[in-house]
Amino acid sequence: MSNLLEIKNVVKKYGDFTALNNVSLQISKGSVYGLLGPNGAGKTSLIRIINQITMPDSGKIILDGEQLQPKHIEQIGYLPEERGLYKSMKVGEQALYLAQLKGLSKTEAKKRLMYWFEKFDITAWWNKKIEELSKGMAQKVQFIVTVLHQPKLLIFDEPFSGFDPINAQLIAKEILQLRDEGATIIFSTHRMESVEEMCDDIALINKSNLILEGKLDDIKRQFRTNTFQVGIEASNPLELEAQIKQNFDVFPSDFKLLSNGLRLNVKLKENQTSRDLLSYLNSKGEVQHFVELIPNANDIFIQAVNKNN
Amino acid sequence: MSKLNLIIRREFIAKVRNKSFLVMTFLSPLIMVGMLALVVFLMKKNDEKVKTLVYVDNSGLFENQFKDSKSIKYEDFTAVGIDEAKAKVESGDFEGVLLIPKIDSLEILANSLEFYSKESPGMTIMNSMERVIETRIRNLKLTDFQIDIAKIEASKISAEIKMYNFSGEESSKLINGLKIGVGAIAGYLLMIFVMVYGTSVMRSVIEEKTSRIIEIIVSSVKPFQLMLGKIIGNASAGLLQFFIWGVILFILSIVATSMFGVEMTDIQGSNISSEQLEAMNKAAGNGKLELIIQEILRLPLLKLFLLFIFYFLGGFMLYSSLYAAIGAAVDNETDTQQFMLPIMLPLILGVYVGFATVMSDPHGPISTAFSIIPLTSPIVMLMRVPFGVSWTELGISMGLLLVSFVFMVWFAAKIYRVGILMYGKKPTYKDLYKWLKY
Repeated sequence: MSNLLEIKNVVKKYGDFTALNNVSLQISKGSVYGLLGPNGAGKTSLIRIINQITMPDSGKIILDGEQLQPKHIEQIGYLPEERGLYKSMKVGEQALYLAQLKGLSKTEAKKRLMYWFEKFDITAWWNKKIEELSKGMAQKVQFIVTVLHQPKLLIFDEPFSGFDPINAQLIAKEILQLRDEGATIIFSTHRMESVEEMCDDIALINKSNLILEGKLDDIKRQFRTNTFQVGIEASNPLELEAQIKQNFDVFPSDFKLLSNGLRLNVKLKENQTSRDLLSYLNSKGEVQHFVELIPNANDIFIQAVNKNN
Repeated sequence: MSKLNLIIRREFIAKVRNKSFLVMTFLSPLIMVGMLALVVFLMKKNDEKVKTLVYVDNSGLFENQFKDSKSIKYEDFTAVGIDEAKAKVESGDFEGVLLIPKIDSLEILANSLEFYSKESPGMTIMNSMERVIETRIRNLKLTDFQIDIAKIEASKISAEIKMYNFSGEESSKLINGLKIGVGAIAGYLLMIFVMVYGTSVMRSVIEEKTSRIIEIIVSSVKPFQLMLGKIIGNASAGLLQFFIWGVILFILSIVATSMFGVEMTDIQGSNISSEQLEAMNKAAGNGKLELIIQEILRLPLLKLFLLFIFYFLGGFMLYSSLYAAIGAAVDNETDTQQFMLPIMLPLILGVYVGFATVMSDPHGPISTAFSIIPLTSPIVMLMRVPFGVSWTELGISMGLLLVSFVFMVWFAAKIYRVGILMYGKKPTYKDLYKWLKY
């Protein structure tokens, strides 16, 4: 799969402060790319550079094979974290204005707006002023405006903030559908469960540096600890635990098990495989539970950032 | 439609639809003309009341000297005596009583007259009495010196110098007064417009920041385009308002003239200097009302109008880009105050320098310099234009204004593009300087 966006050695400084230090990323076409990092890491700076709101001090940005330039504005849709609309302007008027700024003709913009307004069942809002709408309602309008011009690249910065769970799910569904229709999506959030749900690839930026990048699955593999959650029937749990400890690293564990068996987290030593563990356990008693502990995005985030700090 | 056009249109419509714009545009000329008409009307009513004064002339020198005028009547109470005259004044029958004592020395007499009234008399009353007394005593002294008064009267002559410049324009005191008036109004108006619409640009920037739409917009257009669109949109609204005011004022003054019987000269007269008023009254007194109209029409009106538009746009662009930068730098309007002084200062300076120097010497070194320095030139030059400014000077002034406007927009845009995305911290001048280098 080819890359839609390539960021090569981008550096951005504000006075003495370095916001991005030689950051390089590849974002493949048709993927959902999670851009993660603690507050103030440099995510927004990077997003603003991609949107050509600010210029990098050095480095290259390639969009779909071309050096990024002003005409590409129309191929990018951006929903910033800090977002709002003109309060005293009417919804329809405002959506039309913003769509026209993205290069759509008035008639085309109106046609597409009608489609989306009907899809979200909000046609009745057309002549309302933004100040009459709730926050969630305004967010829906913002979402529509972001995707209306059918950009190749969509950038969502905390897209779910301000939405109730039902609307958040609706938006998530729409985002995934846009991906299926061919759009590439950069997704910046602190909600790790949505990263887990939606992202194909992730990048982690900490203190202006890229510290992690790749397929989410690969990164998980990289962060696996070869630890297994084990539940085993035992007549004498204490004795069994002591026996296992002699061969493996063992930590206490707490999970639901129907029987009263022994519950442990078992970490493999070097040269040991899961097969070794399982056959050893089988020889000791009835294994009721055996699951590898796969690090989730949250664990990876915390671990990577702590290590980097 | 280009993006700049879209922004200009939006800003223009947002401004024009605003309730305060509608009120300002349509109501304020009504209020202004209404108040003016009321003042003139009341003044006329006030003058129509005839005041009767009495005098007790113990010297016997002033018999038949006090002549009735439109608003003052005199009655001789010498026979009645001062005490009864005072009583009559106190009971309200008359406005006041003038006592002329019997003193042989004319010099002493001149300073020994007394006037009694219930309320302090107006200046007009006192002046008219003093004039009668001065004339009478002077004539008596002339007779003492054995000088023929008739000859003195016959020798009185008034001279008027007709003024020309080398481009063949004729001018007079009257037209000079008009020039000062027109120039002052144009310069003052420009200052007010720059302030009102500059603030409006600033508010609009702050609104975009506080409503947080700014990042959505600047991901579609360049911050520079947005700023420029805002400035041009607001300038267009300003010109529209100016135009509507002109039309309304014109119509209203015609209506007011016919309704209240207020003459145009009265309305103009109340706005301008006494020197001018005198010139006008003189003209009116000579039955030459049309002269004023003629004189106004003789001013280079088209040139003035076009230059007003040019300097309005140039001055507005220059200042409003600064207003925009300030709006971008802060989060709310209260934080703007520290940055406002450097903007207000040259504007106010322009008006003061204009009033102080242009009136006395429109082509003097100070007024010339200030009409060329870009920050004050829009105001001061407009004040000078009615007096005729050479094309060279105009060219330099306009050229400099253009150059500095371009520079200022560039400078402001640098602060603007950083400022619009900065939240939280109240910036200092040092911060602004840093932003220039981002």
